[in-house]
Amino acid sequence: MAKTKLVVDPITRIEGHLRIEAQSENGKISQAWASATQFRGIELVLQGRDPRDAWAFTQRICGVCTTVHAIASVRAVEDALNIRIPPNANTIRNLVHGMQYIQDHVIHFYHLHALDWVDVVSALSADPAKAAAIGKSISPWPNNDEAHLRAVQLRVKKFVGSGQLGIFAGGYWGHPAYKLPPEVNLLAVSHYLEALDWQRDVIRLHAIFGGKNPHPNFLVGGMASAINLSQATTFNAERIADINGMIKRAREFVEQVYWPDLVAIAGFYKDWGAIGGGVPNFLACGEFPESDVRDLKSLYFPRGIILNKDLSHVVEYDQKKVKEYIHSSWYDYGKGAEEGLHPYEGETTPHYTGPKAPWTGYLQDEKKYSWMKSPRYEDKSMQVGPLARMLVAYASGHKDAKELIGEALKKLNVGPEVLFSTLGRTAARGVETVLLARKMEGWMGDLTGRIKNGDTATFTKDKWEPSSWPKKAEGYGYLDAPRGALGHWVQIEDEKIARYQAVVPSTWNASPRDARGQPGAYEAALADNHPLVDPEKPLEILRTIHSFDPCLACGVHVLDAEGNELSSVEVNT
Amino acid sequence: MISPSAYPWAEGETLGQHLDERGIPRRDFLEYCGKMAVILGIGSAAAPRVAKALESVKRPSVVWLQLQECTGCVESVLRTENPSIGDLLLDVISLDYNHTLMAGAGKAVEKAKTDAMAANKGKYLLVVSGSIPTKENDIYTMIGGKTARMQLEEAAEGCAAIIALGACAHWGGVQGARPNPTGAVGVRDIIKNKPILVVAGCPPIGDTVTATVVHFLTFGALPEMDREGRPLFAYGERIHDQCQRRAHFDAGQFVETFDDKGAREGWCLYQVGCKGPATFSPCPIFKWNTRTSWPIEAGHPCIGCTEPYFWDTMTPFYGRLPDVAGFGIEKRVDTIGASLAIGAAAGVAAHATMTVLHQMKRRKATRQVPEATEDEGANNG
Ligand code: SF4
Repeated sequence: MAKTKLVVDPITRIEGHLRIEAQSENGKISQAWASATQFRGIELVLQGRDPRDAWAFTQRICGVCTTVHAIASVRAVEDALNIRIPPNANTIRNLVHGMQYIQDHVIHFYHLHALDWVDVVSALSADPAKAAAIGKSISPWPNNDEAHLRAVQLRVKKFVGSGQLGIFAGGYWGHPAYKLPPEVNLLAVSHYLEALDWQRDVIRLHAIFGGKNPHPNFLVGGMASAINLSQATTFNAERIADINGMIKRAREFVEQVYWPDLVAIAGFYKDWGAIGGGVPNFLACGEFPESDVRDLKSLYFPRGIILNKDLSHVVEYDQKKVKEYIHSSWYDYGKGAEEGLHPYEGETTPHYTGPKAPWTGYLQDEKKYSWMKSPRYEDKSMQVGPLARMLVAYASGHKDAKELIGEALKKLNVGPEVLFSTLGRTAARGVETVLLARKMEGWMGDLTGRIKNGDTATFTKDKWEPSSWPKKAEGYGYLDAPRGALGHWVQIEDEKIARYQAVVPSTWNASPRDARGQPGAYEAALADNHPLVDPEKPLEILRTIHSFDPCLACGVHVLDAEGNELSSVEVNT
Repeated sequence: MISPSAYPWAEGETLGQHLDERGIPRRDFLEYCGKMAVILGIGSAAAPRVAKALESVKRPSVVWLQLQECTGCVESVLRTENPSIGDLLLDVISLDYNHTLMAGAGKAVEKAKTDAMAANKGKYLLVVSGSIPTKENDIYTMIGGKTARMQLEEAAEGCAAIIALGACAHWGGVQGARPNPTGAVGVRDIIKNKPILVVAGCPPIGDTVTATVVHFLTFGALPEMDREGRPLFAYGERIHDQCQRRAHFDAGQFVETFDDKGAREGWCLYQVGCKGPATFSPCPIFKWNTRTSWPIEAGHPCIGCTEPYFWDTMTPFYGRLPDVAGFGIEKRVDTIGASLAIGAAAGVAAHATMTVLHQMKRRKATRQVPEATEDEGANNG
């Protein structure tokens, strides 16, 4: 077979706009290029504004990973102003962020990723009785019964029969890379539908603490939802009972549906444990402080770096060693395009040099091909996300993580080397979801325990008034978001934001080649023992790209550190 | 709810037949239509008309473009209420293009889109979330090798009407805030020859979208809108006039700082920056996330996200209204700050404030009432 060049644009079932170009030979991908095709410039918008407002702006970087940029932002400002939030506020943020992980990962699995592995059309020929038997053998979930599955199958049959396939039009049904028996496909389709209802219920926790989801409200210094057990309109016993119910239902679904499905499906795709590994380095900045965000020992998901897949050693992470490159990105740097800059010195002068629209050829033919910069740690490419976190946890001897990963490996009868793969990334997401689903109840207990002891504080007001701030301050807010390590850097001068910078999970993963020619994580994964049977039906590419859970709006960001405007812009006053 | 049709709609089948197939009791359906009629502001007595209209419609095509945005609007629509009947409602449409949920990618989905547009020329509803960047020859957002503007113009060409969903599609959104680095604009700045309805907010409440679609299907036209193009059934009321903390405002009981005594008593958030008095939105009425709560109920001041250019006109978010740039309602509002400073006389001051605020022009709904039929007596149109 000859070399084939191909373009997949748009990549769907992700957040944002991503284009993948690849070259395939003899059924394998030899090289790949990832292009972020959208630029928004939100950090530039932040300059000169009240730092207490920043969370609301940065939150809008992404509506899928809502909350994460808001929490990173308030942490950065609190770090700059040396604000210690009350323990209740820290716990509430953990609950909000914890539910974000759980809901987001389940949506990712069923609604964004499952159709890469699950053939909806094949579910039509399933035997519902057999499907129920399989369902019962892996889980006590009540809806894994024959009557329910038969009804679901009937619905799907009519759907396909109608000829109007809606969002299923253009799917790669019948592709030889689909391996699940019809019965497992049917179970997965049934859970796809159930997950749609489930996610809407459990995320209501955000509305209780933040008024709404997507984009709940946060507050520098704590949280705005006051606690008063004797008030009908504040956080009270009725709200506590409601949240306890959500946490219970979240855990049930994760333990009885998501996790068993994941393990069962993985059993049919074990070969994907040797595909799509790519970049061998993993970075986790750590998340879920049990006490204070400054107390790194209290992080439930530990911080650290794994180099060259070496699980015997966790390297310490130091944010000062992060640099961003623009070798392949549509920007200019004052010092030239081959230099790397630390976020505190970051520059962003967009300079598009690609082909005119519409694009008819390949972006890969030119040196620069993306709006994504290339962050590197000590000049190395990194992977961030669930796999990075779980590997760091595993290598750090994290009891819960080790146990669950061990259990899954045993069930699948494979060794830990399969973790470095497309399948590994998808499995690690499930592992950490289970860990958090089990953790939420404890955090809720911490909160109610403190309330019982008379501590209802949710906000620290000492540094609220700008007049109490130093003339100059700077701070770093970290957060390990569902999609990986995130950092916000803020510099405050005369009560206003002077500089704002964010280095975001999808920038690490979706980055283009750097000055040394090192590919980013998507690019490396697609070229690592990666099949592509039919370039016209790039199902395998979707599997690997979705295993990262891309969020492109997050990844493309800009800060003009000098405060220059990008071009002549009219400033309305 | 944007789920694949649970009970898919057969070609040519009407909703009435479809419901029978699904085994939905007629009583439930009528109850649902009654709720919808109330949301739409045409009175529950209009339920039979809504039912009649819904029953006879076929499943129309909806094309949903996501341009320069954060996907928060899609997520919000995913949270829509009415579990069983909500599924049905989006079953009412055939969602022929949507990036977040479509199974295929690349050429396959672009083809699905052009096929749907060709097959439903002049009839499909176009939903747009996200803004259109206009600087540097529109290069800042490219989808399938085309600019956001090209995508929008192509899709708008054959559509019946456009729903501009969210602040970005409305006026440019967060990337359109000063200094608007990419020149982001809303749909109405690009498309001039199609009816455009704005579902405002960052993001809007998903149920507003659902209700708008029902309106479109029931009456064959977009609902009546305010000057911003927002449907009056949702955006005809000011938050401040429907707010559950309003009694405290009137009584001069204010939260002075977060988590103080007033905050723990659920008092008014005006002094910590609430923009409710300048914001038209259904938040206090529809609430969020299956009516669980809404921002002010959860203790945070309203940031005014349904109003155009709110990132510039409503900031600083914790500044009191008169201090906020762009709050140019009336000079007299300046007196609010001064009045509130008189602690002991707060009650009196609040009354003065209220009077001033009441002088704001209220954009009360003057609703379009479709032809009456004999089966409805009163309606409150
Ligand atoms: S100022 Fe805000 S909190 Fe107070 S009554 Fe008005 S809308 Fe409600």
